Amino acid sequence: MNYNNYKSVDYFNLDDFYSSEHKLIRQSIRDWVNRSLKPIIDEANHKHEFPKQIIKQLGALGAFGPYIPLKYGGAGLDYISYGLIMQELERGDSGIRSVASVQSSLVMYPIFEFGNEEQRQKYLPKLASGELVGAFGLTEPNHGSDPGAMETNIVDKGDYYLLNGAKMWITNSPIADIAIVWAKDEQQIVRGLIVEKGMSGFSAPETHNKWSLRASITGELVFENVKIPKENILPNIKGLKGPMKCLNSARYGIAWGVIGAAMDCYDTALNYALERKQFNKPIASFQLQQKKLAEILTDITKAQLMAWRIGTLKNDNRATPSQISMIKRNNVQMALNTARESRQILGAMGISGDYPIMRHMINLESVITYEGTHDIHLLITGFDITKISSFK
Amino acid sequence: MKILVCISNVPDTTAKISFVEDNKVYNKNNVQFIISPYEELALTRALELKEAASGTITVLTVGLQDAEPTMRKALAMGADDAIRVNTEAKDAMFVAKQIAEVAKNKNYDIIFTGKESIDYNGSQVGEMVAELLDIPSITSVSGIDVEGTTGKIQREIDGGYEQIECEFPFVGSGQKGIAPEPRIPAMRGIMMARKKPLNIVEPVEFTDLTQVITHTLPEAKSACTMIEPDNVGELVRLLHEEAKAI
Repeated sequence: MNYNNYKSVDYFNLDDFYSSEHKLIRQSIRDWVNRSLKPIIDEANHKHEFPKQIIKQLGALGAFGPYIPLKYGGAGLDYISYGLIMQELERGDSGIRSVASVQSSLVMYPIFEFGNEEQRQKYLPKLASGELVGAFGLTEPNHGSDPGAMETNIVDKGDYYLLNGAKMWITNSPIADIAIVWAKDEQQIVRGLIVEKGMSGFSAPETHNKWSLRASITGELVFENVKIPKENILPNIKGLKGPMKCLNSARYGIAWGVIGAAMDCYDTALNYALERKQFNKPIASFQLQQKKLAEILTDITKAQLMAWRIGTLKNDNRATPSQISMIKRNNVQMALNTARESRQILGAMGISGDYPIMRHMINLESVITYEGTHDIHLLITGFDITKISSFK
Repeated sequence: MKILVCISNVPDTTAKISFVEDNKVYNKNNVQFIISPYEELALTRALELKEAASGTITVLTVGLQDAEPTMRKALAMGADDAIRVNTEAKDAMFVAKQIAEVAKNKNYDIIFTGKESIDYNGSQVGEMVAELLDIPSITSVSGIDVEGTTGKIQREIDGGYEQIECEFPFVGSGQKGIAPEPRIPAMRGIMMARKKPLNIVEPVEFTDLTQVITHTLPEAKSACTMIEPDNVGELVRLLHEEAKAI
């Protein structure tokens, strides 16, 4: 399939709201996806292998921490730019977008927001270039939707902290040079730590046998009496709001990213429907296929409008976590429905690895669960409406 | 090393083509514009040459303000500054005259154009600029290196390649092969392009030598009729009765 002339759907002329710079950013990431990711991504998924070479390429492109200021190696761009970057990466693959999400929103963002100047100088430029890979440790074997009950902990030993515990479902963990780890101190306050590869007692075994996000690498973070130097604590944040702010940034990126996956499914389904003939005419001429295509395009358009609006709110620092929960939930569900409907349009061919739809679909089964599950995001909206928490 | 890369602002290759004003003027509405691909490749190679040695890259466009997004892309790719000659690009001689006027006192070592822009496909501007500046013109440049003040150039010729050398300054019209693929601007480059100078100069007067009378679209391709492999009789009938080819 020739992707080089790909044009994204824009039924409501949203491009009118984007600057020429936004469009250049989108086109640049799209060109990279077409040139460097599309040709390798299906094989990487089949083999369940992370294409490591893309780390440096994404770094050179500036896909890591695009909103981090130039002086720390970022690009100093706005949040709509970040969203468009995520959208284009996920048109390639949700796993690859996840790599960029984690590096940007879950590693660079907390170091920039909660770190001191030494930590920013030490880590951010190398994370931006891809010289260092980062991971984020919040979820634990016994604590997913309820991270406040985490067991991972630190004990102040005077010269250092002693870290014990385990994290799981951690994107990038086996290849990570550093991990932002959230642990409770002796006063039961959640603190953020920068844990470095090679620290004694720290291991990061890979999680095998995934049926989703097979082109990104996932693992655990295991801490057995790891001595953490005191300068590795993030000094400017205490409490669960630290990791929640990181997730807020990542969820924002997901809300944009999944539009890319949906666009790829729609584009594939539309082209197939126009070419595939049954009963001597293209299947696109049948009402049931037109219904599917029309509903998909409507859903994508609604998601695009929400994404543009949350982008403008985020640029003004007015986007609330509840709004981001709503759009993450809505857009991921939209993308998953789009993948399923698109798969049906392709009939049996929909399950073939010759088309990207099934890959997107199984990837999105992770995306609908990670960074706050589909259900939890609904309850966040419910709480925002009623001010009554249903999960505490 | 001072390099000038002349880029034109052309419709994206997938753009729908239509004309207005009695078929005299191309309809730009809802068309995405890009750097003409051969010029984008030439710019990519110019950037590599600069990075391997040192120097400056200036990009030049003859066009109105609507050409600036593609010029910003050239700056984002790594060009140092840009010059826009503030007039609609008319015919090849008009454009060449404007480029030569800008370039004449600036001592560029190499001036790159594309072998043709992909909209009007004139394939003349580079040669005309060279003539107006009285410097060598090298066409169909499919590879270039620089040693000191000498260009080591590969030209594509019928059935093969020609290797030539040329002292600075010269005009080279780039084509496929001069760089493997166009450079993709990095996010930092896009951000930094905001602050790079994009200078606007007014055109010199020049009487048009040509006038567009009209444009005509090619006839729509007729639908392809598929015939089963074992139905040769039907193929012969269609070729005889409908296509009238036999």
